[in-house]
Amino acid sequence: MNDMTPTREQREAKLEGMGCKRKRVEDIRFTQGRGNYVDDVKLPGMLHGDFVRSPHAHARVKSINSEEALKVPGVLAVITAETLKTVNLAWMPTLAGDVQMVLADGKVLFQNQEVAFVVATDRYAADDGINKVVVEYEALPPLMDPFKAMEPDAPVLREDLAGKTTGAHGPRKHHNHIFEWVVGDKDLTDAAFRNAEVSIKEMISYHRTHPSPLETCQCVCSFDKIKGELSIWGTFQAPHVIRTVVALIAKIPEHKIHVIAPDIGGGFGNKVGAYPGYICAAVASIVTGKPVKWVEDRIENLTATSFARDYHMTTEIAATKEGKVTGLRVHVLADHGAFDACADPSKWPAGFFNIVTGSYDFPTAHLSVDGVYTNKAPGGVAYRCSFRVTEAAYCIERGMDILAQKLGMDPAELRLKNFIKPEQFPYHSALGWEYDSGDYHTAMRKMMESVDYVGLRKEQAEKRAAFKRGETREIMGLGVSFFTEIVGAGPSKNCDILGIAMFDSCEIRMHPTGAGIARVGSKSQGQGHETTWAQIIATEIGIPADDIMVEEGNTDTAPYGLGTYGSRSTPVAGAAIAMAARKIKAKAQMIAAYKLEVHEGDLEWDIDGFRVKGLPEKSMSMKDICWAAYNSVPPGMEPGLEAVSYYDPPNMTYPFGAYICVMNIDVDTGVYKVRRFYALDDCGTRINPMIIEGQVHGGLTEAFAIAMGQEIRYDDEGNVVTGSFMDFFIPTAVETPHWETDFTVTPSPHHPIGAKGVGESPNVGGVPAFSNAVNDAFSFLGSTHIQMPHDFWRNWRAAKNLGVFAA
Amino acid sequence: MAKTHVTMKVNGAEVEGLVEPRTLLVHFIRENLMLTGTHIGCETTHCGACTVDIDGMSVKSCTMFAVQAQGSDITTIEGVANADGSLSALQEGFRMMHGLQCGFCTPGMIVRAQRLLTENPSPTEAEIRMGISGNLCRCTGYQNIVKAIQYAAAKINGVEFQEAAE
Repeated sequence: MNDMTPTREQREAKLEGMGCKRKRVEDIRFTQGRGNYVDDVKLPGMLHGDFVRSPHAHARVKSINSEEALKVPGVLAVITAETLKTVNLAWMPTLAGDVQMVLADGKVLFQNQEVAFVVATDRYAADDGINKVVVEYEALPPLMDPFKAMEPDAPVLREDLAGKTTGAHGPRKHHNHIFEWVVGDKDLTDAAFRNAEVSIKEMISYHRTHPSPLETCQCVCSFDKIKGELSIWGTFQAPHVIRTVVALIAKIPEHKIHVIAPDIGGGFGNKVGAYPGYICAAVASIVTGKPVKWVEDRIENLTATSFARDYHMTTEIAATKEGKVTGLRVHVLADHGAFDACADPSKWPAGFFNIVTGSYDFPTAHLSVDGVYTNKAPGGVAYRCSFRVTEAAYCIERGMDILAQKLGMDPAELRLKNFIKPEQFPYHSALGWEYDSGDYHTAMRKMMESVDYVGLRKEQAEKRAAFKRGETREIMGLGVSFFTEIVGAGPSKNCDILGIAMFDSCEIRMHPTGAGIARVGSKSQGQGHETTWAQIIATEIGIPADDIMVEEGNTDTAPYGLGTYGSRSTPVAGAAIAMAARKIKAKAQMIAAYKLEVHEGDLEWDIDGFRVKGLPEKSMSMKDICWAAYNSVPPGMEPGLEAVSYYDPPNMTYPFGAYICVMNIDVDTGVYKVRRFYALDDCGTRINPMIIEGQVHGGLTEAFAIAMGQEIRYDDEGNVVTGSFMDFFIPTAVETPHWETDFTVTPSPHHPIGAKGVGESPNVGGVPAFSNAVNDAFSFLGSTHIQMPHDFWRNWRAAKNLGVFAA
Repeated sequence: MAKTHVTMKVNGAEVEGLVEPRTLLVHFIRENLMLTGTHIGCETTHCGACTVDIDGMSVKSCTMFAVQAQGSDITTIEGVANADGSLSALQEGFRMMHGLQCGFCTPGMIVRAQRLLTENPSPTEAEIRMGISGNLCRCTGYQNIVKAIQYAAAKINGVEFQEAAE
């Protein structure tokens, strides 16, 4: 061999495969302003639609008069529920088995609900039209407190459900009741509490918030009357699902619906569901024969298009006096707003909240969830988390801290004592999950050593003593969080959306010159799939990642997939990609054997091609095999080199992590300072460490926002009081803490490449770390639990309530 | 509504158009000039996705009328790359340091950072964080954006970029 022959390391490096901090393909266009987002789509003759919205939270709609609006120059149509009824679209089905008004039909049930859709030649004319639509309302008493929803004399919100004692998820107990979901062994759990040496009980609320990606929800619908085809460009995290939903409700044959999700400016769960704007734009295009664009503004996004959380969790833990947990009992009051539009797999009304036993070996547990209607916006999306998993993680992680406090034990020590042990995996939890793999003790100890946990506790003790001596007005909190996520929805045995199993898919087509295209059923909203998916293929088939183009989001070309949310892309689509690549590799091996005139079994894989065992100089690169696939395949074999895989995962994946937040709070002002935040994540095999770290930074920043101030809050009259970026907390670079990231690697045993997913872990694990830090800071003053969000004012109020100010 | 004739210089080229007096500058840029790199993320001047450079100042173009930009000299993200078409130091820094994810805030962030580095060629981390505090990002947590700007500053100043230890 001459010196020019690349070394094995050079050949590996050239692939930029798994484990490589490959720079992102997407960035070339994004840094130059050449992304293609929905609002960038401009079609000839395109019209704009915009909504008349309700100022009331609860009111009867007496009349809608569009006469003056239609006189406004540029206004072409005003669509109301009456118009939609002619095509049977005044109501639409929700993902949760409920129905939702597309436009107000007789009543409005939340502030900023969609009442009429004005279609005009441009955005400004549409807005002029909105101002001229006259709607007469008769105000009704709003129901804003979920705890009052099931009182006997509570106002009836959903008149359309009158007399319906059964909903999509079983019996309804009250006119404002949606469902009750019960899991676990009640008798055994009740017995555990009867026999408990120690127990705690706390109502832990996780307030309503909103994913608010920087790009709001939007679409362009274009109906071609001649062909009978509907094209929709939209901000869709799950484009194929949108196509099927449109086919089912609009009665357009599915092959005549073209859904295209171009570049998406962040999703975080906000862009999973189907919203009235999509339906109205589609109907408007059918009515006018012109393309119609709908772009919501930020206020509309925050107040009408989905929400997240709003879980009120009464949490009880039973334990021995040595701190061994013996039982968990949780009741959740879930505020779903005016319609149950919760975006969960269809059979899971409270998502995977039954992961609430967390990382701990609970011998028994019992969970019940009651969903109720209120006069708030519908939704219930998984804001950068798997379905209701962040609520569950917050519930158990706060609960464990409260238990530690009652036992007088260190919270980290209590966790170490109760962790599921490595040898217990696969572990069957008391509430029905099979955890695939984990090594919690190692992760926890690595975290504690990395931050000098013992030293921090010592410093805290000194600070507390100094506070009591009146030498400082600053208190210090350590927020420990150890979370287990459940992601990768999901196995067809337990997950579907509207009857479609939650598999995912990949099609790879290799071209003669050794480059190829991979089309995938997932849909990136910033996760960098064009970069990472190519890395999986590079490692699997030995073609440089740069030579693989990844395409997502076009339902005409991509194989059917269930989209990207709930950290499912890597666990499900990532597996489909590896499996499709392995089909390519298997065929390539047959071609190589034929060309090298040996038996297939005599070949072995070597980075970027096959070589004959024992004769390394006799080899054929994958690039050459691609060429051969188009001119000299073995007799009887079809030419070409492509493969499709639809992957139905055998189980969920269970990423985990150990986080800690170190915080100081000034009791006189409530001002906090995050001194340090360390996040150790175990997401199994790491495909691109650079992207993982970026995901963790972003998720932690969202967790920081949620825990420390971000909230969708209503007043008693049903007005949203945090409906713009003026009041809805989005941290800037100034407030955002510095993040330290770390990792351990415990591969998933059932995933083809051992990867588990990571995008949502930092939101799930971050929120309890922040909240525990605040609660830990105040605990020595006699406080057990302070509700989120922990903004300056609430911290100051907590200090005041704990009597730290001189009388 | 009666329209007004406006002229301005955008990315070095003289442009003109007919706009309503109420037409926002960002709509003129995106819809009349078809320069869609400048984005809209809110309508209250908080998010900064619509940031452009006007006569040497960073301006959020969603709260300025097109007619107010009459005669001005504007740079948008489309005018940031080097003259030979290669990525500018900032664009390269954002890619090298993973300073973007969904890419929606990126044009405004880069245009803002360019003005920041023009005014302060060697900013501290605190100065960078304050300097971009008018631009929101929902994906990155800013840490890598700060590094991207530090990378660009080092490159522009001809010194070696040293990534701060985690």
